[in-house]
Amino acid sequence: MASYTDELVDFDVALEKYDPVLGFEVHVELNTKTKMFSSAPNVFGDVPNTNVTPVCLGLPGVLPVVNKTAVEYAIMIGLALNCKIAERCGFARKNYFYPDTPKNFQTSQYDDPIAYDGWLDIELSDGEVFRVEIERAHMEEDAGKLTHMGGATGRIQGADYSLVDYNRSGVPLVEIVTKTIEGAGKRAPELAKAYVAAIREIVKALDVSDAKMERGNVRCDANVSLMLKGAEKFGTRTETKNVNSLRAVEHAVRFEIERHAAVLNSGAAIVQETRHWHEDTRTTTSGRPKSDADDYRYFPEPDLVPVVTTPEWIEELRARLPEPPAERRKRLQADWGYSDAEFRDVVNAGVTEAIEETIAAGTTAAVARKWWMGEIARLAKNADKDVTDMGVEPATIVELNSLIEGKKINDKIARQVLEFVVAGEGTPSQIVEKRSLAVVNDDSALGAAIDAAMEAMPDVVAKVKGGKLQAIGALMGPVMKATRGQADAGRVRELVLEKLGIEG
Amino acid sequence: MNEIIHLSATELAAKLRAGEITSVAAVQAHLDRIAEVDGGERGVNAFLHVNTEEALAVAAEVDAIRAAGGADAQALHPFAGVPIAIKDLIVTKGQPTTAASKMLEGWMSPYDATVIEKIRAAKLPMLGKTNLDEFAMGSSTEHSAYGPTRNPWDLDRIPGGSGGGSAAAVAAFEAPLALGTDTGGSIRQPGAVTGTVGVKPTYGGVSRYGAIAMASSLDQIGPVTRTVLDSAYLHELIGGHDAADSTSLNEPVPALIAAAEQGASGDMTGVRVGVIKELQGEGYEAGVQARFDESLEALRAAGAEIVEVSCPNFKYALGAYYLIMPSEVSSNLAKFDGVRFGTRVLPAEGPLTIERVMGATRAAGFGDEVKRRIILGTYALSAGYYDAYYGSAQKVRTLIQRDFDAAFAQADVLISPTSPTVAFELGSKTDDPLAMYLNDVATIPANMAGIPGITVPGGLSEGLPVGIQFLAPAREDARLYRAGAALEKLLEDKWGGRLIDQAPELSAATTGGVS
Repeated sequence: MASYTDELVDFDVALEKYDPVLGFEVHVELNTKTKMFSSAPNVFGDVPNTNVTPVCLGLPGVLPVVNKTAVEYAIMIGLALNCKIAERCGFARKNYFYPDTPKNFQTSQYDDPIAYDGWLDIELSDGEVFRVEIERAHMEEDAGKLTHMGGATGRIQGADYSLVDYNRSGVPLVEIVTKTIEGAGKRAPELAKAYVAAIREIVKALDVSDAKMERGNVRCDANVSLMLKGAEKFGTRTETKNVNSLRAVEHAVRFEIERHAAVLNSGAAIVQETRHWHEDTRTTTSGRPKSDADDYRYFPEPDLVPVVTTPEWIEELRARLPEPPAERRKRLQADWGYSDAEFRDVVNAGVTEAIEETIAAGTTAAVARKWWMGEIARLAKNADKDVTDMGVEPATIVELNSLIEGKKINDKIARQVLEFVVAGEGTPSQIVEKRSLAVVNDDSALGAAIDAAMEAMPDVVAKVKGGKLQAIGALMGPVMKATRGQADAGRVRELVLEKLGIEG
Repeated sequence: MNEIIHLSATELAAKLRAGEITSVAAVQAHLDRIAEVDGGERGVNAFLHVNTEEALAVAAEVDAIRAAGGADAQALHPFAGVPIAIKDLIVTKGQPTTAASKMLEGWMSPYDATVIEKIRAAKLPMLGKTNLDEFAMGSSTEHSAYGPTRNPWDLDRIPGGSGGGSAAAVAAFEAPLALGTDTGGSIRQPGAVTGTVGVKPTYGGVSRYGAIAMASSLDQIGPVTRTVLDSAYLHELIGGHDAADSTSLNEPVPALIAAAEQGASGDMTGVRVGVIKELQGEGYEAGVQARFDESLEALRAAGAEIVEVSCPNFKYALGAYYLIMPSEVSSNLAKFDGVRFGTRVLPAEGPLTIERVMGATRAAGFGDEVKRRIILGTYALSAGYYDAYYGSAQKVRTLIQRDFDAAFAQADVLISPTSPTVAFELGSKTDDPLAMYLNDVATIPANMAGIPGITVPGGLSEGLPVGIQFLAPAREDARLYRAGAALEKLLEDKWGGRLIDQAPELSAATTGGVS
């Protein structure tokens, strides 16, 4: 039966009839110094195929050795997700042929994950708390990165040839799998985004991952199905793979709910399959059918011995956990002096860490919030990106702010400078220099512009003299025009008053 | 025959240390022997690659250090300068590694196996790489993509397998020492049918890093020599913990040389030797059984207490082995796909998709026996069959371990014929894989349980060697050397010399090689 349809059902209409059921598999790349099973460096962005050893290339004769730090990071993630930690667990081979997998099997965990049976409380935008049950968190290795050349789609089908970079091959991953999530209703897309944001927040706070979604450090597979309200049996699910931004997670879940509803309403059946997410059109398309026929021939990895955890080791790791996110948020709000509404907006925008880092780098809480919730958020919205994916670093804000405080630039120009930073033109100081954006606070140049404006607008001057100080604003236009916008408004006002002998 | 190649490795090492001969002369003597008997129409064909230049260079280096004397000479390993042959399943820098497969034709490893690093550090010149059944799958070395190896005792017979090349090289005096690998008997069965000594160490006793995996939970690297003492020296050299092999035992190598020296007195007083009821009788050739019974008598006469033990689950061992081994094979050999290294074959027609290139490469690169095991293993691991096949086989493994535990409660070492038959004729079992598999019935249980085993020459049956196997509990490899050296001494006293010296004289004339 065909399930293809271009039609979507309006989200609200869909949820009058159906209940969505969700499930997430989030892959977290760990930031260990070396890879999961080899001594090759775990570094992003190096020249392809340089961070490799015979082990992560899968050459004949090689054997894996478990990275103890990766195991510790996995346990810490498990503890932070309120999971039980296995006393003893093993690795298994997941067998499938694909050129990004050098051994043609992935070393993973199968029926005995290191962490299982946990939960995570997710705070939604209105403060409501939704508990997501965690099924398991298990260790595995990442595959290499394929780049398909030629062909229209950028996928392996139709490509002329493919390039493979094994730098990523063997990078340690922890895969966090939820139990099925029911009861989210209309808040399913919001919950999806908040859940992934919470996982990202946790692994970043644990410092076990760089947690950059745009680099694939945190990747989400989102499972969605719909069931008629009141029904007992779950509907058929689809799995949208590699949704790699918070906004995309929200949009993908929303899209799939709208699409499922349309298919089901038409009387057709949902095909159990993986779906590809397209950021440009905010739609999913059919990937490969996923059924029980997928046979990975799992069996215990004979080259590795089981991982055995002791209560002492687990407690030692528990002691290394940072404060839980909820408590941390309380503390931050108090430290920063934000109102409840302000703080909730900050959390929902996903910029808590960015603000924290910006403050640590040397600005006030108010300045950090002004930028992250203001201009950066505006630019991100226009660019349809996550705020934290704009390439703006805490140091950028500190630098902009000190340029403003030093009266090198004004607020308006600072906003322009930020745009140039986002465009990749360099640091704020470099941009100010290169584009000659420094404020004109040379009083003689400014004085000349003010004199000219006063001469041209005697009526305004008269009003000011008569005590209507706000009339100075009318002089600003010509002064700014004469200085190409680089005059400091405060200084202009001071100079006008000075010239007229008025106490400011 | 040249005197040098006739020496045991221990004897040769003593002469090198005493300055009576040079390592260069020793290496050259073996290279000459290889040139004489290995090639040719009916040559032994033990070597797939001869490493002339490097072997002579290492020998010259050792000679120079010895000549200079002083601390450097003192620090040399006792076997420095003694040449060795390497089974071509073990990766080596500077020499090709093929696993006797077309799949790896011309492939040069960019890294050395851990055992090769140890051999380099001890400065044993490597003579070259020896033949095997492709990827170590077989019991006859007929499944090599580069032609079979011939048994030096009868050039029309198999030298055993998979390590027929290493065993034949040692038996034909082409090398005093060799390395083998043993997954189900690939060191011990060739040792038995070529009248040589071979040891499968305790699983984890020798690093597997750099041995191309056949079945990871069963594979072990071990020594192949002409005397028990030589094996003890080589075993101590290659053994020990390796951080690159997670299954490697984290403990010192046992005192094997001392055990072999103790055994060489021939005294077995107080040693309990358990005869495994299930590994004799039906299926074992009369000549094999006769030599086995004589060995028992010799041991009894030397003071051993002979007891009978029963291992009732051994009857399931072969069946379980042929589920576990192929399952691991199917996964271990998946990496040979033409994408990153080795042979790449493009399909003759049709589109060049990755699946089709992988398929064409594996169809052309693997031989039939390898394909047979990959298919068996893929099936055994499939959803719906896993529990019945792989799962049940793992349970059998536990039962075999329990059988051994019970047997070792009654005996210090166990004893059996190594192989139920003497060497069979080339080509006689190539169409009947099951008949070939039966050759490993006595050796497989040790791999399934991870325990060590040794084969020592037990005499001749119709002019062909018979091997006697001792087994010991895990980590008790020293017991093998004690018992093995004792039996070796007792039988050599009876024969009036080494069994290998009864082997027919090989020459260019008999092998069709250069003279």
